[in-house]
Amino acid sequence: MTAKDLSGKLAILADAAKYDASCASSGSRRESRGGLGSTEGMGICHSYTPDGRCVSLLKILLTNYCVFDCQYCVNRISSDTPRARFSVNEVVRLTMDFYRRNYIEGLFLSSGIIQSSDYTMEQMLDVARTLRERESFRGYIHLKTIPGASDDLIQQAGTYADRLSVNIELPTEADLKRLAPEKKRPELEQSMNRIKVKRDEHVRDQKAGFKHAGKFVPAGQSTQMIVGATDTSDRQILDTSSHLYQTHAMRRVYYSAFSPIPHADSRLPGKSPPLVREHRLYQADWLIRFYGFDAEELTTAESANLDLQMDPKLAWALRHRDRFPVDINRADREMLLRVPGIGSRGVKRILQTRRHHNIRDEDLAAMGIVYKKARPFLITADRNSGPLSLDSPFLRSQLRPSQRQLRLFDDDPSADDGTTSRLEVLP
Amino acid sequence: MTASEELMSVGATHFDDWRNTARRLVTIGSHPSTVRWIDQRGDDASKQKDLFGNVAGPDVGRSLPASDAPDSLPSLRVPGKFIQWAKTIASHSDPGRWELLYRLLWRMTGGERHLLQIASDPDVRRAAQMHSAVRRDAHKTKAFVRFRKTIDDVGELFVAWHRPDHYSLDLTADFFARRFDVMRWTIMTPRQSVYWDNQTLHFGDGSPRSDAPDHDQLEELWKTYYAHIFNPARIKLDAMRAEMPKKHWPTMPETSLIDDMLRDAPQRVRQMVRHQEGGPTAKSFLPTSDRTLASLCNAALVCESCELHRDASRVVFGRGPADAKLVIVGEQPGDMEDRSGEPFVGPAGQLLRRTMADVGLDATQVYITNAVKHFKFKLQGKRRLHVKPSSREIAACRPWLEAELDAIRPAMILCLGATAASVIKGPNFRITRQRGEVDKCDHAKWAMATYHPSALLRVPDEHARARMMAMFTEDLRRTAEHHRILNQS
Ligand code: SF4
Repeated sequence: MTAKDLSGKLAILADAAKYDASCASSGSRRESRGGLGSTEGMGICHSYTPDGRCVSLLKILLTNYCVFDCQYCVNRISSDTPRARFSVNEVVRLTMDFYRRNYIEGLFLSSGIIQSSDYTMEQMLDVARTLRERESFRGYIHLKTIPGASDDLIQQAGTYADRLSVNIELPTEADLKRLAPEKKRPELEQSMNRIKVKRDEHVRDQKAGFKHAGKFVPAGQSTQMIVGATDTSDRQILDTSSHLYQTHAMRRVYYSAFSPIPHADSRLPGKSPPLVREHRLYQADWLIRFYGFDAEELTTAESANLDLQMDPKLAWALRHRDRFPVDINRADREMLLRVPGIGSRGVKRILQTRRHHNIRDEDLAAMGIVYKKARPFLITADRNSGPLSLDSPFLRSQLRPSQRQLRLFDDDPSADDGTTSRLEVLP
Repeated sequence: MTASEELMSVGATHFDDWRNTARRLVTIGSHPSTVRWIDQRGDDASKQKDLFGNVAGPDVGRSLPASDAPDSLPSLRVPGKFIQWAKTIASHSDPGRWELLYRLLWRMTGGERHLLQIASDPDVRRAAQMHSAVRRDAHKTKAFVRFRKTIDDVGELFVAWHRPDHYSLDLTADFFARRFDVMRWTIMTPRQSVYWDNQTLHFGDGSPRSDAPDHDQLEELWKTYYAHIFNPARIKLDAMRAEMPKKHWPTMPETSLIDDMLRDAPQRVRQMVRHQEGGPTAKSFLPTSDRTLASLCNAALVCESCELHRDASRVVFGRGPADAKLVIVGEQPGDMEDRSGEPFVGPAGQLLRRTMADVGLDATQVYITNAVKHFKFKLQGKRRLHVKPSSREIAACRPWLEAELDAIRPAMILCLGATAASVIKGPNFRITRQRGEVDKCDHAKWAMATYHPSALLRVPDEHARARMMAMFTEDLRRTAEHHRILNQS
């Protein structure tokens, strides 16, 4: 294998992986002594590409040959994209070499299905095992399980990987049926559930002090959902993710705006990916996980999609004007979390500061609150705008950020689960 | 001016000496306005001038009284958070940091115990800014350091040159030692450097970039990866620049590609979108309306969705009643079928029809078709030898079979062989293990797979053939039985 061949394969097999949204490398700890690498809870983004996404892991496919024919996927059998396949050793060598130069946090390996699901899963397992056992690699490993692979193989994979993912692919069973007829929702969920059960078992054993318990996907499992390939509403999407978080203890649900892919089926939209919608879904997801919102609260039965013009918290507040303004010096934590323009760190600062003195208008900016956004919803020690301004018909347009601002993402590192914070954090 | 208000100059290099000095100053009651802190670590610490134009140093102004024994000093109680902040802020490059830290300490020990919780206080704000600036700088150091492999007399040595804004190696060296435990490495920055020899960290002075190697063989591969993991359909430059400030670009090999990637992006997206029209499957040949068997059969005559149409003589479409309750699916037509245009008329077809008659399945009531509609072969002399269709061809042809099944809506499907079974029952179907299992599938409530009759004809061993034949007959008998029950109800 010459360097040039390797580089050609890398080009093809990285290209094929670029549609996958998941990249985080957080939530795992591994002893580093005596081997190469460490995972220390928070992942590190080692670079960023012009699409604003971070490069944290070597994200590649073992092969992009695939016997399946999922219509949204560039690797499906009926696509005539150029094909390549890495050997187990090539992946191991690339990972180790990149890691030594501090380019990456580890490996995220996925694959098209060759021969059979089990055969493919075995190859992936082999990569992970070789990295851990032969190379004493202590960095992060994320394996994407192969749909239909046997339970036993997935369980073995979990002992080497920090994270496993089973992609839900599309938001509803009907969507799957239409675009990925070979993938069955109950089967996908069964795999997720088995990972959860196994992981619970390990955590219990470890707590009970069984030394042999070892590790089983210490960083949990995640999943990815493609949005915008079908006309399924945000309401249904959020419903599905809530279900996934609750039932299978997902650490993350990744939303991936459907990108046009070469040679796609004509049933699919041939346009730019709906990035703003994807961003709104991340924001809504965040509100559900960390701000105490219910999935149903964020959309309504009449308008089942999130507002593209404004973030979901602001949209919610405007639909519930009767609950505002709230007194920043008196309101409880839950209510403060619902005020537009205040993030979870802002709430923490408010609760601390107000124990010592009353919060005035001029203090807001210093506490990391987006003044313009939060102002109409708040009563401070020196300002009580009363319900009046909330009734103003201009409020909506006043608060709506300009299109340009939509592209800028507010940062709140406390809410960071590792890597893609820019794309999903909400003040 | 009383003695204690007279201006006093003190110096600090690291957190520890600041702490010792600050503790003594608080103890003797020196108000912050009377203390001038000299940053002895700064690039030009030696050149700093005081208000009177003198070169500053600990000896300018009144100096701090000789130290008491440390344990004779009363201990100062401050929140743990302050210590943690002060340690971090000590690595900031702003020479004013020592003064700020002392002012905070003075205020906290002088009655404002909860000072740090008042986020709106100007001193606290400045400290919070410095704290997060250093933390961010340290985080970016962990992320953006790029090692290059060199060889020295001991062996492999990994060398990086990085330009942080602050003294970030103070806070990151341990991290690199943990992570790259088994390597020897050194990180150089303009202000300081650190070397790990596999055992211990050695801190040293800053180095110019020219001290570090300027290339690593692996960088080309890394750049290849970087260029290809980027999706040109989703450009978000602001997000990228916010996370990867331009000042770091010169030391990160991959960033040299960004301009080209951006320039090519619109074109690549246009190409992606353009390619979306029409796929290489038979879908584009299906009639848009009127999908009866007759019109499907007609439309298939001109199908060119895969290469097979070129060498085969004709399309062999399915045959049978449009209201059949049972559809039998084989793999693809053979030589005889290709000549006659009818499915299952060759030797395998004859075996199938004979067995059907034996178990009482009336062939005129059954719709018989194949997963692939054209004959695939290789020439050996004058003989045309059957070749298994590729997965790509099976996928291309699949819309025809699906359209047939949609038109008929059978209650039962019998698959002959692995190819048919994988199309109907999914790619993970294994004929050896799952033969004879009855299941439902997307197109029928009852679906079973058995051996392909041509496989039976090819088994050389007589006993094995008899065994397989028995299983085949049994599967057909069960099919016939179920078919009979359906017809009665
Ligand atoms: S084998 Fe099928 S897809 Fe290929 S040309 Fe023939 S009918 Fe069309």
